[in-house]
Amino acid sequence: MIEIHDVRKSFGPLEVLKGIDLTVNKGEVLTVIGGSGSGKSTLLTCINGLEPIDSGRILIDGTEVHAKSTDLNKLRRKVGIVFQQWNAFPHLTVLENVMLAPRKVLGIPKADARAIAVKQLSHVGLGEKLDVYPSRLSGGQQQRMAIARALAMSPDYMLFDEVTSALDPQLVGEVLDTLRMLAREGMTMICVTHEMKFAREVSDRVAFFHQGVMMEIAPPAEFFGNPQTPELQKFLSATH
Amino acid sequence: MFNYTFRWNQAFNALPRLLEGALVTLEIALLSMLIGIVIAILLTGFRLSGNALLSAIARTWVEVARNTPALFQIYMAHFGLGAFGIHLSPYTSLLAGIAFNNAGYLAENFRGALKAIPDTQTRSARSLGMPAIQAFRLIVMPQMLRIAFLPATNQMVWAILMTSLGVTVGMNTDLAGITQELNARSFRTFEFFAMAAVIYYLIAKAVTLAARALAWRMFRY
Amino acid sequence: MFDTALTWNDMAFLAQGAWMTLMVTAVAVVAGTVMGIVFGVLRYQAGPYWSLPLTFVLDIFRSVPLLIQLVLGNAFQSIARLGWDPFTTSCVILSLYTAAYCTEIVRGGIEAVPPTTRRAARSLGMTWRQDMMHIVAPLATRVSLPAWIGLTLGVLKDSSLVLWLGLIELLRASQILVTRLQEPLFILLICGAIYFLISFPIARLGGYLEKRWSPND
Repeated sequence: MIEIHDVRKSFGPLEVLKGIDLTVNKGEVLTVIGGSGSGKSTLLTCINGLEPIDSGRILIDGTEVHAKSTDLNKLRRKVGIVFQQWNAFPHLTVLENVMLAPRKVLGIPKADARAIAVKQLSHVGLGEKLDVYPSRLSGGQQQRMAIARALAMSPDYMLFDEVTSALDPQLVGEVLDTLRMLAREGMTMICVTHEMKFAREVSDRVAFFHQGVMMEIAPPAEFFGNPQTPELQKFLSATH
Repeated sequence: MFNYTFRWNQAFNALPRLLEGALVTLEIALLSMLIGIVIAILLTGFRLSGNALLSAIARTWVEVARNTPALFQIYMAHFGLGAFGIHLSPYTSLLAGIAFNNAGYLAENFRGALKAIPDTQTRSARSLGMPAIQAFRLIVMPQMLRIAFLPATNQMVWAILMTSLGVTVGMNTDLAGITQELNARSFRTFEFFAMAAVIYYLIAKAVTLAARALAWRMFRY
Repeated sequence: MFDTALTWNDMAFLAQGAWMTLMVTAVAVVAGTVMGIVFGVLRYQAGPYWSLPLTFVLDIFRSVPLLIQLVLGNAFQSIARLGWDPFTTSCVILSLYTAAYCTEIVRGGIEAVPPTTRRAARSLGMTWRQDMMHIVAPLATRVSLPAWIGLTLGVLKDSSLVLWLGLIELLRASQILVTRLQEPLFILLICGAIYFLISFPIARLGGYLEKRWSPND
């Protein structure tokens, strides 16, 4: 379970998170939508401790992320994150990209790490591309590789930060299909996205962020069918 | 116009001695690169340390190495250190001068290479649970090496050419030094130095080609 | 701070040396740049295959130590009875050395001008000459200037090697004073400071122009 209590965060004079309260349960798929600068991406990087927070608490299975005593490296094994820019490691093959962290961080023997990597890559449809360098892959394939790389750590939670935003339109579908598959398999996920159709289909709940505040959170039918705040009404009518 | 008989056979007879000198030249160049790389890594670390004093030392080193002649740097080692009662042999002065020069240029090269790798690479590695040092060693370093490699091989060629300056402080065992000694005895200046020029040229080309082959094998992506 | 035997006369001697350094550098950079532009355009126009002999010859100047080149040049002028003094010999060799590097810079600059821009110029009815003068030259200059300034700084430093032919430039002047006064560190520090004072502003100018003239501003 991910618990977020009154989290505040500023970059200089700009307050990007103005007291967020949110709980994500095991097995739940939460999608977060909102305009740019609404704070939704910052929240994800705070959840796995890549960014410090100014006040409040974030707990993952009861462990406080930003407590001094927390071993962040250990915690991050539980929480995978995939970014908008897929950040493939260019000097490693696809297989090596995915094997690296299981071997070096978890200390899994090479043969076993390889088996895990092959399994995850096949899972996202890259079973044929094991020995290729990332520069030979399309954006969609690199993004799926990044997903496999995160999954190879067998995380309990996955955070997706606008993973389709940097892709050409014809490549968006293959990455969304991968996310749908994960959702069906019961992975606990927080997806920041602009894909409304996807949000409506796969989410258990949808949240709307606006200028650092979570304005609404509801199951998709209610969220899209009966938006409460004028901000969300305006946002939905603008994106449809 | 040419009222001069070239005596090439004299120069050819001296070839074994010249090649011995070439080995010393290569030895100094290689040693100066190794020392230069180690110091350059330290200087790069100094610069990133955030400590004002260390950073100033590194910047001064880089600026002096890049803005004064290599020959000046060798003179500093040979004559300048005499003020502290340190009297270096020609060999050591030459090695110290070139290593100083290499370190300055390589430090700048390393810093540039480091800057060229996006922060997102480290961020991704950290998000997979790697500690900072591991992320640097496994993700940043290998990529940095590739960017820095070509300029570093250019520096190696420079180091080879710079070894010829040793003759000005009395070095007499490297290629330039032996050539000069043979010249002083026979006054066949053109023949001997033309021979040396060909050998320097071949060494420089061989090093460049070897570096290219190595890069091709090492950086497959 | 320093108790020194250095007199104002000695300082004037150093200044003369610095002047010699500047003169040799100036001649080499001017002559080398003119030759470099000619060779660079030639290399570009002839294409990689036909310019191979030129490329090979220029590469020699970049792969053989300058000191060896100077000795060879001096031996050659004596064999050929050209009767050049050391200053002339030094300037000739250093100019060719500069030209070898400058050629690459010029060629790189011309190659950086997009072919579409040149086609546009030619489609407006400009001749090859006009295209070169009004389109290629200004754009290529912007691209190559930082490298050219780097080359100038390099020649300034490398000009110290002409001391081997007996020219009393800055470093040789310092060495003479070191031998006479036995104050190596102090005199060499002054010498280094003079090199630094000459080259640092040029380096700064280069950095400034690079920022200001970056091709996509």
